[in-house]
Amino acid sequence: MNEPTPSPAQKPQKISCRGITKSFGAKRVLAGVDLDIAEGESMVVIGGSGTGKSVTIKCILGLLKHDTGSIKVDGVEVSNLGARERERINTKFGMLFQGGALFDSLPVWENVAFGLMHAQKMKRRLAREKAIEKLAMVGLGADVGRLFPAELSGGMQKRVSLARAIATEPEVIFFDEPTTGLDPIMADVINNLIFETTRKLGATTLSITHDMASVRKIADKVAMIHGGKIIWCGSIKEIDRSGNPFVEQFIHGRADGPIQMQVRRL
Amino acid sequence: MRLALRLNPLALIGRAFFGILSTIGRLALFMAESVTHCVRPPFFPMLVARQVIEIGYYSLPVVGLTGIFAGMVLALQSYTGFSRFAAESAIPNVVAISMTRELGPVFAGLMVAGRVGAAMAAEIGTMRVTEQIDALRTLSTNPFKYLVVPRLLAGLISLPILVLVADIVGIMGGYLVAVYKLDFNADAYINNTIDFLEPLDVGSGLVKAAVFGLLIALMGCYHGFHSKGGARGVGTATTNAVVSGAILVLIFNYIITEAFFSR
Ligand SMILES: Nc1ncnc2c1ncn2[C@@H]1O[C@H](COP(=O)(O)OP(=O)(O)OP(=O)(O)O)[C@@H](O)[C@H]1O
Ligand SMILES: [Mg+2]
Repeated sequence: MNEPTPSPAQKPQKISCRGITKSFGAKRVLAGVDLDIAEGESMVVIGGSGTGKSVTIKCILGLLKHDTGSIKVDGVEVSNLGARERERINTKFGMLFQGGALFDSLPVWENVAFGLMHAQKMKRRLAREKAIEKLAMVGLGADVGRLFPAELSGGMQKRVSLARAIATEPEVIFFDEPTTGLDPIMADVINNLIFETTRKLGATTLSITHDMASVRKIADKVAMIHGGKIIWCGSIKEIDRSGNPFVEQFIHGRADGPIQMQVRRL
Repeated sequence: MRLALRLNPLALIGRAFFGILSTIGRLALFMAESVTHCVRPPFFPMLVARQVIEIGYYSLPVVGLTGIFAGMVLALQSYTGFSRFAAESAIPNVVAISMTRELGPVFAGLMVAGRVGAAMAAEIGTMRVTEQIDALRTLSTNPFKYLVVPRLLAGLISLPILVLVADIVGIMGGYLVAVYKLDFNADAYINNTIDFLEPLDVGSGLVKAAVFGLLIALMGCYHGFHSKGGARGVGTATTNAVVSGAILVLIFNYIITEAFFSR
């Protein structure tokens, strides 16, 4: 199951998941997810609400323990790491949480500078300058840096969270719905930012989004998750002629199709 | 589960028993993990200092108030009792020994369990349910080192200081009532207190305080860390932290007293 993909021209796999399963109690959320992300690639995972997109990312990050399956980062199995190795692997990662997850006891700039100060041992002054630079990249001024997360609007929190995720310039960045809750213009700014960080820093990214405009802007490859499995995976160019009825329904946002929402009609 | 089965007394006892066992197991693991992180770098001295201020400094008013009134009522009550046997001269001694051995540590412990245990559980619990603890881990910072260890150390450091304050303030409260209300001689009262008080009286109280501080912080962190399910889960965690903290204070008060004074 684990042999490398045949094409020799391909870049090495940064992240490679095979058959990840995860259940919460009796509820099976992931039923064998296979996902490969090549180095420097921007992978976008799409799929309905509650299909396990966030859970997949959390398994890769080691925040949730998957039941079976293998997850490799740079070819190294990370499924059963001890706390210290996990910490070391996580220095390669940056994560934008769906709910922001900003530290509400710290001012905004310290949130952004957290990884710089603690994981990279950067001096406070320097880290602060860097943080303000990153805040500027997401369209927030230095004055916002002095506020606390609770004093920000939802969209501003999202942007601070994005700044925190990219502040340490990690090798792999996970974006869990980066543009949800932003106005269309700011959403486009953020999409551009994600696009640029991937291209300029050469970062590998795994993003989750429901927003097709965002998918078209940032994705190299798209994977669709449904019923706990990746049911389609291909490059962004192929998405409009995927020939997959699930993907078709999703990208056109139709209520009728193979995906049935669990709602009762009036 | 069927209702009949749920109310079956044997099943009830069994479930409680296994619940307690698994809680003790999880607590022991939590404690062990915290201790290993206490001795391995990186350390966060600034966070310890901040927690000492949070636990120690901001608890001074509450602990001081409970201390002074405890000392005052102690003098008053022992007067009404002891005057029947014409044993009023024992009052300074009774106040000093009761304050330093028992009331200082226990009252300070209970007040701090309410004030600080609740705050810790609520703060860490909120961080848990809003994924801030997950965020810490993705930023390669161990939540035990960053959140738990500073609080445990601060509890260990602050409570003895608070208890010392409670002792002094409590004895002063006894003095005020004795001298201004019960017409004791001021010099004699102070001499009596100093002559009879032994280092072990104060020392045992401080040992108790250190243990209480650790237990209260442990309960706050443990319940916060394991809270789940939004605001309601945090509420439950807070209640559990206060209740278990207070009960442990009383249990360990007895155990330590027994260790020090029973022969
Ligand atoms: N900690 C947990 N405990 C129990 N169930 C969970 C937990 N986390 C997630 N789930 C369940 O797993 C399923 C997938 O959740 P997940 O957060 O991955 O959805 P998602 O695909 O990210 O959806 P959305 O697009 O709405 O964010 C949900 O049905 C949820 O109920
Ligand atoms: Mg999600």
